[in-house]
Amino acid sequence: MTLTLPIELTVNGRRRVLDVAPQHTLLDVLRDDLGLTGTKECCLVGECGACTVIVDGRAVDSCLVLAVEADGAVILTVEGLSSADGRLSTLQTSFLDKGAVQCGFCIPGQLMSAHALLDLNPHPTREEIAEGMAGNLCRCACYEQITDAVLAASEAGR
Amino acid sequence: MQPFAYACPNTLADALALLAERGPGARVLAGGTDLIIRLRDGSASPALVVDIKRVPELAPGIRNEAGTIVIGATTTMTEIAASPIVRRHAHALGEAAAAVGSIQIRNRATLGGNICNASPAADTAPPLLVHDARVVAAGPTGVRRIAVDDLFVRSGITTLAPGELVVAVEVPMPASRIASAHQRRTRRRGHDLASVTLACGVDAAGVTRVAFGSVGPRPLVRVDTSGVLADPGAPDAARADVLATILADASPSATSMRAGPEYRLAMLRVLGRRALAIALERLAAGEQ
Repeated sequence: MTLTLPIELTVNGRRRVLDVAPQHTLLDVLRDDLGLTGTKECCLVGECGACTVIVDGRAVDSCLVLAVEADGAVILTVEGLSSADGRLSTLQTSFLDKGAVQCGFCIPGQLMSAHALLDLNPHPTREEIAEGMAGNLCRCACYEQITDAVLAASEAGR
Repeated sequence: MQPFAYACPNTLADALALLAERGPGARVLAGGTDLIIRLRDGSASPALVVDIKRVPELAPGIRNEAGTIVIGATTTMTEIAASPIVRRHAHALGEAAAAVGSIQIRNRATLGGNICNASPAADTAPPLLVHDARVVAAGPTGVRRIAVDDLFVRSGITTLAPGELVVAVEVPMPASRIASAHQRRTRRRGHDLASVTLACGVDAAGVTRVAFGSVGPRPLVRVDTSGVLADPGAPDAARADVLATILADASPSATSMRAGPEYRLAMLRVLGRRALAIALERLAAGEQ
């Protein structure tokens, strides 16, 4: 027997009403129920940051949030960064320009952490970027390029 | 994850009633950064998860109530790290909150959860011990206050009674101000737990308190009332002796994957010296 509970989310500006099982995480629901597979599943213990999304203005690991906890929340995922016509944001373009994307798996999480960082601190130093993005691992070790990209986006006013 | 039922009570009475009724079959969910990992790996398998984030008495918030900083149990590390009153009156607590995990973790992890999880490596424990903090616990028989030093037993075990919830943490702001600092060693900033976590507090009367974790089954606090540690003019050798005595009860695990016991004990002394120096500077600068 699996009981479900009704929840309501605003995901990338769109209201979504769902029935979810309590043991399903926000990550499960974004990927499996809403088909938003840009958010990646990886370590499932809150270390790698691949599942980072922004909930009510704050970056969180969506693998460590139950979907039922997010009832009523406003959520931004990587799919919400580009414009409706698919044009990439300045931040996304900066990642491409600076060669920050190698295999690409960690990039949705990196983008969401960078987005949250720039919202709070529009002109971060390299050190502030390192601290702000410490929760996102990149196995291709593109940390320098990622830092360059966040700085470039900051200079371009995102 | 195994299925479980979920409840999100809106009142403290409802939360306590659920915990009383379901006993060990219920687990409390605050920030989830520990519990959800355990639900997933099966080391916790409750029939019911009680989310306490909508109970008003436990709501996030940091306020000054008649000379005491009162921090709601579900206040996140991000909020504590950014709090001016915490930085001013319990500097080490703000530093420790800023050292926990990554931004994603700090945006979710709560002070109540950090304490109730009772990890020997809990970063907020040493500052709370140095500042003589207490928790406000509500249970079936009413509300009581427990000194943080009387709360920890060992990893995962506290002296909270079954069905009791931490509502808030109270940090006194004594007339003789405590200038404090937190120091930590970790393998990788942003992810790993502390290999050593330590706080030091000094007051104008010359009393020095040192608290340390991740070097034994529970965080410990020790007090130097001799005035030697707080005396900037004391010879280095004398201070090293007192510090060694204060840290003597550290007993790091021989089998931890995080760091060997020799390294931990060596770093404990280094962090003790550093935190003491910073706390003394802050005391001299008139900071609290």
